[in-house]
Amino acid sequence: MPTRQNNIVKNIDWVTVTIYLLMVIAGWFCIYGAVYHFEDASFWDFSYRYGKQLVWIGLSIGIAFTLLMLDSRLYNLFAYEIYAILMLLLLVTIFVAPEIKGSRSWLVLGPVSLQPAEFAKTATCLAVARVMSTTGFKVTRLGDFVKVICFILFPMLLILLQNETGSALVYASLLLVLYREGLPGIILILLFFLAVIFVVSIRFGDVPILAAFPDESYGLFLVILITLAVQNGFLLVFQKDRKITMSMVLFDVIVLLLAYLVYKIFHLNFRFTYVGYGIIAVKFIYLIVISFQKRLYTYFWIGLFAIASVGISSMSDMAFDKLKPHQQSRIRVTLGMENDPQKAGYNVNQSKIAIGSGGVSGKGFLNGTQTKLKYVPEQDTDFIFCTVGEEHGFVGSFVVMILFLILMLRLVFLAERQRSLFSRIYGYCVASIIFFHVAVNIGMVIGLTPVIGIPLPFFSYGGSSLWGFTILLFIFLRLDASRTEYFG
Amino acid sequence: MLNDVYGNRRLVIGGLMILVVLIYIIRLFDLQIIDDTYQDKADSNAFLKKIEFPARGLIKDRNGEILVFNKPAYDVMMVVREMKDFDTTTFCKLLNITPLNFVERTKEMRRRKGYSPYTPQPFMTQLSAEDYGILQEQLFRFPGISLQKRTLRDYNYHNAALLLGSIGEVNKKMIDADPDFYVQGDYAGQNGIEQTYEKYLRGEKGMEIFLRDAHGRVQGRYENGDYDVASKPGNDLTLSIDINLQAYGEQLMQNKVGSIAAIDPSTGEILALVSSPTYDPSLLVGRKRSVNYAKLLNDPLLPLYDRPMMACYPPGSTFKTANALILQQEKIIREYTAFPCHSGYHVGSFTVGCHAHFSPLNLVQSVQHSCNAYYCAGFRAMMDHPKYKGISNSFEVWKQHVVSLGFGYKLGADVPNEKRGFIPNSKYYDQIYGENRWKSLMIVSNSIGQGEILATPLQIANLAAIIANRGYYYVPHLVKDIEGQQLDSLYRTKKVSTIDSIYFLPVIDGMELVMSSGTGYASRIDSIAVCGKTGTAQNPHGEDHSLFMAFAPKNNPKIAICVVVENSGFGATWAAPIATLMMEKYLKGYIPRRRQWMEDRILKANLLPKKYANETK
Repeated sequence: MPTRQNNIVKNIDWVTVTIYLLMVIAGWFCIYGAVYHFEDASFWDFSYRYGKQLVWIGLSIGIAFTLLMLDSRLYNLFAYEIYAILMLLLLVTIFVAPEIKGSRSWLVLGPVSLQPAEFAKTATCLAVARVMSTTGFKVTRLGDFVKVICFILFPMLLILLQNETGSALVYASLLLVLYREGLPGIILILLFFLAVIFVVSIRFGDVPILAAFPDESYGLFLVILITLAVQNGFLLVFQKDRKITMSMVLFDVIVLLLAYLVYKIFHLNFRFTYVGYGIIAVKFIYLIVISFQKRLYTYFWIGLFAIASVGISSMSDMAFDKLKPHQQSRIRVTLGMENDPQKAGYNVNQSKIAIGSGGVSGKGFLNGTQTKLKYVPEQDTDFIFCTVGEEHGFVGSFVVMILFLILMLRLVFLAERQRSLFSRIYGYCVASIIFFHVAVNIGMVIGLTPVIGIPLPFFSYGGSSLWGFTILLFIFLRLDASRTEYFG
Repeated sequence: MLNDVYGNRRLVIGGLMILVVLIYIIRLFDLQIIDDTYQDKADSNAFLKKIEFPARGLIKDRNGEILVFNKPAYDVMMVVREMKDFDTTTFCKLLNITPLNFVERTKEMRRRKGYSPYTPQPFMTQLSAEDYGILQEQLFRFPGISLQKRTLRDYNYHNAALLLGSIGEVNKKMIDADPDFYVQGDYAGQNGIEQTYEKYLRGEKGMEIFLRDAHGRVQGRYENGDYDVASKPGNDLTLSIDINLQAYGEQLMQNKVGSIAAIDPSTGEILALVSSPTYDPSLLVGRKRSVNYAKLLNDPLLPLYDRPMMACYPPGSTFKTANALILQQEKIIREYTAFPCHSGYHVGSFTVGCHAHFSPLNLVQSVQHSCNAYYCAGFRAMMDHPKYKGISNSFEVWKQHVVSLGFGYKLGADVPNEKRGFIPNSKYYDQIYGENRWKSLMIVSNSIGQGEILATPLQIANLAAIIANRGYYYVPHLVKDIEGQQLDSLYRTKKVSTIDSIYFLPVIDGMELVMSSGTGYASRIDSIAVCGKTGTAQNPHGEDHSLFMAFAPKNNPKIAICVVVENSGFGATWAAPIATLMMEKYLKGYIPRRRQWMEDRILKANLLPKKYANETK
């Protein structure tokens, strides 16, 4: 009979542990490179962030070790209690935290500052895994769906109240877990479609189609076109009725073509969006008729989808105005509508310069001028990837991207090999959260997503973030190490 | 393992991860490898290239006396973005300007091309050392203000302004001509030696590369200064000018309009080059430069006009020596050839007058007495000589000789604005009179240095040098030696005239007689054999110009000179005494008592045109 310790050493996924260690060490060198100042160059100076980060790393490894030593059943058993404690902590934080850069997310305990939101992720993952692994839970059942969504929305709300929009958005990534466990794909597709409508409406919202109608939005018209195409796609996919789909496509094309010809040949100015409304209305009536004839409500829903989509598009401007000015301008910068490198676009512009100037193989360790000289703001936390890009070039960035991809795919693979539902769901939670962090963080650094202040896992400076991810990951590794012992 | 109906969704999730990573890698590939604009942006972001201005080369006279040296001046630089809580009132007080002037200056600064609120911009240039000291002490109170060191010129002597030239800000044309070196705001030589030898004097700029952060604060040297380039000071110049002689010349020429050009015939080195009226070179330094420059530019006596190089006069009787040489070389006359003169040269109703002397006279005597008739006759004899087959040809032969004596073209002296004078060719007369419709009589005044021909004082001095050398010359030049460099080969090559040296002897004898018993007798120097020739350049606009050309000693000559005093009449009266005083000063180092009355007379004389005489005095 092997002892438990031996079991763990044998069963732990050393691939993930290796990647973890590689990333933490690489992260430390990046922080050293980012904070490093030309005059002082001691590795061990604790008044600097690289010195502190070394302490965080040491403690992280201690935490990881401790977590591996604990009984794997504890996490399942105390999932709700842990969740409750963390939610309480988040709530308390709102009231006791000092305001730092506009947000109240830091708990200051003497010399140590902690960000409970970083740990709440793990707690939420545990709770979500627990609730979804209860016998008879079905995400497709509305009651169960609402239950799990509440578990996710609650911390989001608390963190939004702390004014940490970025950290709150992270929880949205758990939708991927719900999808894996049976949430219909159409919901994700609709959400994606919603995002597209929003982006198109905002991006082309102020562009008129014809000079005659300056208030008519080209964005709205584009949304109508996309909607019509998606609607026809839905008809084909969900009803598999080629005849109806073909006639719909023909109808759309002919009407739009006619409108265009009338405009071109007779130089008649009219509102193209009205033509679009007309098409959608006609199709809706026709789909209701079919719906009644065939007694299939899907036709009705597909018709309604188009109307809703147009409605949401015309409301997206309003929704956009509800955002804070800095959030608005971050989105405009990402969409290329605003180009002011000295103001809203400064961060992204500077980080693109830093990364772009790295070239193929980079400027070499500690030779980056942009990051060294603090051109990139938040370069040791949210913009740490700039240091990789500048000092190690495309080769370095490529290696880091691939490391993250291997880690994420490995986590999916590990999750799939779990024998307990709890472990699998938790594994997917970990993979999804890391995926979201990587996608949004690196996306913003290279100017593909709006600036959302969330750290790059294992790389960014900060004890809370590093410990948070370490705990998140190693609980899963502990569960994985015991996958053969218990059956859930 | 758990198996469920949704198991395949792991592929969708995994695929999504792969897709995002792939898109990001493509984006990174584009940013880092395909698009190379970011490298430049990064450089201009982070590198602060600070120009280190080299010390400009010094200028010394032929005896090693330093004439021009450097003094530091400071430009007040302003970074508008860094000016927070700026105490404008105190700042204006320190700089001695009014707040209104402050506003004007900043406005003007903003309008300038290349203005940026993030980089140092010149707010006020060329602060004096005292003002600098006051501001430097208080600098910490004014964020965004810095002081940039520049070099300005300073002068030990108040002479030789025009030949030295000055330095001033480069204009667009100069930047375009040498864009690798000059940038807006740089200083470069303008006129004179400073301009001609700019490439040697300016040295090489150095560069210090600093790294600066997003706030523009310097963070240290780039690569510990490995890529810094030290500035290289300019080369010193040693002029051929003798500053004492130059100063003496300028003194003699005070209150007169005209020039002195003195050359060492054995080398072509210019010993003195006086343009009168002149000005103090230190007037064109620093902040007063533009005001003073405008004043000088508007002075009716044209002090900025470099007369010895640029003013073109009919050479008058001094030119007879050239004709004497040419006529001998062409075998039109011999040393003993004599022509009669009865108070002038008469052909029908045509007359060129002459002063009273015996008749006939030979070549030596013709030079001594400056006989007009002799040269008119000689010149016509050449023009109409059948061996040339026509006056066009004979005139061209004559012209070629004249050109070989340094006339009609720029000599090539090392000052930027030399003029070529004028020697007509046969085509010129064809145009005036029509082809083959001009006769020797029509152009006979060329024989006595009148008519169409024009020469600069330098060219006339050069003629004296050729005669002194018995047939050759070196191109006159102002720079004797460039530190670490060889002088242009143009100034090291002997130029030989078309006249055989034997023909110079009677001319030289004649010129000696001018001084010992002719028109220059009053200006003779004891114990030194001077050869001279007076001249009077007819001036249709007013009184004639007084000319004198000479060299000394007769054997082994050390100095050849030409003096022009405008509107002062006969050459012997003013030009000759000035020239001999210069020669005596140069050869002996002092003016003996016998001649001091003459020196006094010259120094006191005010020969300025009447309308200006009072103003200048």
